[in-house]
Amino acid sequence: MSSPEQWTHPEPGAGPAATAAEPTPEQVIAGLRATTEGGAELTQLLTPEGERLASSPFDSYVADIDATALCELYRDMVLVRRADREANAMQRQGQLGIWVPLLGQEAAQVGSGRALRPSDMAFPSYREHGVAYTRGIDFRELLGIFRGTDHSSWDFQKHGFHPYTIVIGNQVLNATGYAMGQKFEGKVGDDDGEATIVYFGDGATSQGDVAEGFVWAAVYDAPVVFFCQNNQWAISEPTERQSRLPLYQRARGYGFPGIRVDGNDVLACLAVSRWALDECRHGNGPVLIEAFTYRMDAHTTTDDPTRYRLSDELEVWKHKDPIERVRVHLARTGGADQAFFDDVQAEADRFAAELRDFCFNMPDPPPERIFANVYAESSPALEAQREEYLAYLEGFATEDSLAGSSTGAGER
Amino acid sequence: MMAAPVKATTDGAPSSVQNLTIGKALNLGLRAAMEADDKVLILGEDVGKLGGVFRITDGLQKDFGEQRVLDTPLAESGIIGTAIGLAVRGFRPVCEIQFEGFIFPGFDQIVSQLAKLHYRTQGGVRAPVVIRVPFGGGIGAVEHHSESPESLFAHIAGLKVVSCANPVDAYWMIQQAIRSDDPVLFFEPKRLYHSGALKAPVDTTATPDPLFASRTVRRGSTATLVAYGPSVKVCLDAATAVEEDGTSLEVIDLRSLSPLDLEPVFESVRRTGRLIAVSEAQSESSITSEIAARVQQECFYSLESPVLRVTGFDTPYPPSKLEEHFLPDLDRVLHAVDRALAW
Repeated sequence: MSSPEQWTHPEPGAGPAATAAEPTPEQVIAGLRATTEGGAELTQLLTPEGERLASSPFDSYVADIDATALCELYRDMVLVRRADREANAMQRQGQLGIWVPLLGQEAAQVGSGRALRPSDMAFPSYREHGVAYTRGIDFRELLGIFRGTDHSSWDFQKHGFHPYTIVIGNQVLNATGYAMGQKFEGKVGDDDGEATIVYFGDGATSQGDVAEGFVWAAVYDAPVVFFCQNNQWAISEPTERQSRLPLYQRARGYGFPGIRVDGNDVLACLAVSRWALDECRHGNGPVLIEAFTYRMDAHTTTDDPTRYRLSDELEVWKHKDPIERVRVHLARTGGADQAFFDDVQAEADRFAAELRDFCFNMPDPPPERIFANVYAESSPALEAQREEYLAYLEGFATEDSLAGSSTGAGER
Repeated sequence: MMAAPVKATTDGAPSSVQNLTIGKALNLGLRAAMEADDKVLILGEDVGKLGGVFRITDGLQKDFGEQRVLDTPLAESGIIGTAIGLAVRGFRPVCEIQFEGFIFPGFDQIVSQLAKLHYRTQGGVRAPVVIRVPFGGGIGAVEHHSESPESLFAHIAGLKVVSCANPVDAYWMIQQAIRSDDPVLFFEPKRLYHSGALKAPVDTTATPDPLFASRTVRRGSTATLVAYGPSVKVCLDAATAVEEDGTSLEVIDLRSLSPLDLEPVFESVRRTGRLIAVSEAQSESSITSEIAARVQQECFYSLESPVLRVTGFDTPYPPSKLEEHFLPDLDRVLHAVDRALAW
């Protein structure tokens, strides 16, 4: 169990009084600890130094992950990070309206995403680009949301990946309902059972919808894995603004297991997610996973984290990098050589270049798209509004051509 | 649609025709929908063993089981949020909100997810969820049990909103709403659920009118009344009351609040030149405002008087000892008719 002091400021009188502008040294240390140390209960299989730890409950869930498979996970993470960085840069260049970086959360997303089967369903929030990638969604399909050409474009059923949900926590209830449906259809109860996973952040745990999702899932034994990526920051608010307790411990109050995993350890995330999904497949759901990780970049490209968090904290987390520890492990154990790492980097650069090329050439949607698919069965009034607006636009086209012919402007 | 077998009864009438209240008609409509499609589920507070606080789902859990009629935990966002997930999975959930005043914890899920999933995914995800909402006043209740929030939902693109006013519509409209691939808010006139006066023969083998269409329920030539839900009865009573004075009121039951089917209203106003819109909801930015705006746009040269409205006041719903002042009644409707005629 983690000690409570990890999660609270020192008692009043424990040190020099703090001011709003100037926290005490004790507060600085307590804050750093709270957001960097996962505590003794953290499930970890690969240390930040790349050392493989034995873990009796979870080793069996990654027994198939040999050096080749670990290389694949490494490749996934490098590609996802490279694409994320490219998208971030494209926002800076005005090609995307906004970007939601996942930097630092690659292991949590790739590890849990690779634990899923095609028949499973994942419900993301809006930062799960890495999970999307593991579900076979082309990274290019994510760009439309952030460039403003669509709200979502992938085939959710084909990929087993629900549309992004932007309102915090809504998807937790939707996922729970979906999982209830899996159970009602009799798709739960053996090795071939189906399961659902839903992604949300530490901030979302304060939402009523998340609490209600926990209640519903528990009451109906829904096969749903609640995958909370605790990246320590809900924009500017640290996790202590959301909870006194470590988040995974909330599960106990709802009557199902909760576990904290090192969210920067792709092997542990894979193992724990496979275990949790396995529980759900067999009818022992739900399960809460708290992936203890860190948002290395801003909340979105509009955010400025220097206003609310210490650069020291970022420096601490750089030493826990999810990709670097796998690279070190593979290099040290001879699982991969430099040529492999160079190849992956070259592939990632090509991946990013293709993404950039695609983004720069994305066409704007036609205006009639505004009116499309509001309903499965449209209404005469909405159709009339559409026709009226398109006729109005058509009027400009006519004016332009008239203007062009009378002044000769069209020839210049 | 599964039709009940027609058998001769002792009085010779086919047994497919039953004399029903609105409440019983809804119950039988839900039953028919559940028999027709095993993906139809009912979710809500106390809808199982108890049969709902108004008994609209009476007997359904007993006959269809706890996996199709779910007594849910007590949280409206949870009911609607999980219904959306079930719909994405391929079910057709019918949620019961116990009273309209309790729908707001679920408002976020309705507005942010239910209304927008189809649009967000360019038609890739359908969410055929029906949300049944007992609404309206006149039952002497405490706060939050007598309101008319339908305009809030009609304002949201992506939702469809309907209201039934008689047993025949109750029986058919609920089944049509459940078959619709769009999310439907289904507003039920709670004070008329068990009204014996409104009992009517319902032929379960008949062909129903389309769901999203208004209906002229009484022909007239002096002025037009348009209403929905519990106010339809008020308007019909008003029309009857002035009949022998030679005032001939046309009454239109909107039935569908979103989309609005106003062609019959336009046609009527072009004949009568006068329109009074009646609703228990507050008038500001409401269904009745929308009607007034559209009628002046479409019938400008036919109008002999401005469109008048008889509605609840722009206040919160009052304590029940005052509700008879708040609710449109026959006298207030006729007063508006007099004003329109005297313009």
